[in-house]
Amino acid sequence: MKNSNIPDPFEKARLEKGFGEMDDQNDPVVMALRHKDVRRCAHNHKTFQSGAEPGRIVIPSEVNIRDIRQIPFEVDPPMHGEYRAVVEQWFKRPLEEAYTAQLEKQIGALVEEAITKDSVEVIKEFSLVLQSRALTLLFNVSFSESETWISWGTHVFRSEESALDASKANILYDYIDAQIENSIKNPGEDFYSKLLAAEVNGKKLTKEEIKGVVILTFAGGRDTVINAVTNSIAYFSEHPKSLERLKKEPELINFAIEELIRYFSPLTQMGRVATEDTQVCEHAVKADTRISLNWASANRDANVFENPNEVVIDRKMNPHVAFGFGTHNCLGATHARQILKVLIHTLIEKVSSIEIIDAKENIETLGEFKRKVGFDNINVKFN
Amino acid sequence: MAKITFVTQSNETITVEGNSGNVMELAVQNKIKGIDGNCGGVCSCATCHVHVEPSDWDKVGAPNSMESDMLEFDEKVSDYSRLSCQMKISEDLDGIVLKVAN
Repeated sequence: MKNSNIPDPFEKARLEKGFGEMDDQNDPVVMALRHKDVRRCAHNHKTFQSGAEPGRIVIPSEVNIRDIRQIPFEVDPPMHGEYRAVVEQWFKRPLEEAYTAQLEKQIGALVEEAITKDSVEVIKEFSLVLQSRALTLLFNVSFSESETWISWGTHVFRSEESALDASKANILYDYIDAQIENSIKNPGEDFYSKLLAAEVNGKKLTKEEIKGVVILTFAGGRDTVINAVTNSIAYFSEHPKSLERLKKEPELINFAIEELIRYFSPLTQMGRVATEDTQVCEHAVKADTRISLNWASANRDANVFENPNEVVIDRKMNPHVAFGFGTHNCLGATHARQILKVLIHTLIEKVSSIEIIDAKENIETLGEFKRKVGFDNINVKFN
Repeated sequence: MAKITFVTQSNETITVEGNSGNVMELAVQNKIKGIDGNCGGVCSCATCHVHVEPSDWDKVGAPNSMESDMLEFDEKVSDYSRLSCQMKISEDLDGIVLKVAN
């Protein structure tokens, strides 16, 4: 099997019963596995809420390591929309020319540096660096901040040893507190200052609310972007013809981005908490228990996608849910898409081939399911 | 050549002309507010949702099954909803009016 293949562990359960089950810290999860059920449950935010105890809709649950509510992510409508309206425009900045030009400069320099090395460990030496540097653009802060973020390692909340690491989270929280204080004293054009100036329903955001938005911005785009970038490198390494085709037919790049995101589904699933006794795919779900919207499974549903387990680089009709679906769809999607776009253009321009030297897969265990989400490490040579 | 009129949420009326491509692309090129086309036209993001003027519905036609599946759970779906990325520009669309859903 190719290194870049990402198998679908949910197929059998999706076809046979439509749901899966897993335990997570004694707070079990019923997973919706079919494309339609995932969309239906995501749409039904009254029965399947996000505004539960902070950390509970994340799988693995973060209730034991986090009290702060991530905003707008862990807020239900109508309040969700009020918060979202405050940040929506800011998260569209990646479409601006100057932003893209900066991103091109960053990724161009990183790829050029990688070409000079005999071996690059993609996760730590490439994707983490790329993600952290790009995030300085989203925050509109100094490039040098990325050095601090890189030093935190690959996971904001997770350490290498244990899945959930409170001490690591505290490093992030203390850092954010300091940044907010700094922007109170010296307001500028950065994201913190923007949030400090923002109003929701005629009232300024509290520090706690600002922190909730900032934590979401750090956490939501870390592992996901790192996996998307790393998996893209692995894919193009093993499918040089795809890169050649994109070079000849650049109008396909947009389709390629959506297809890679569908295939990778960097975020496997997201939870919701049932507010009443209900069901998922005719399976009973009790009030105050958790379900999940399994994006990765929905994105391989053969009722929607032809040849779902293949990367069809020019797939035209691609209603994937890799960025979620409905009200809570991914706020950082524009940033993520722009990163992949610039990355592909840069690879086309500067790289002739990529060889994988060795790789260790990163496998998530989700009850009876084991899903490859990317790599723990992967050494490559850029030519 | 087709003249297409967009009515935004703030009731701005903008008429633009297109020859090729799809209606979402035309709207994005002309910076029509409320049409973002985030996914670039693969029917995934629903940020190009429009409500077709009922009298123009026959010109535009109903969505295919995949598009209507995506619209089914959209917050702002109506009987005249379409994803404009799935509407190919042709002379048949000349004169239609589209209300931007978002």
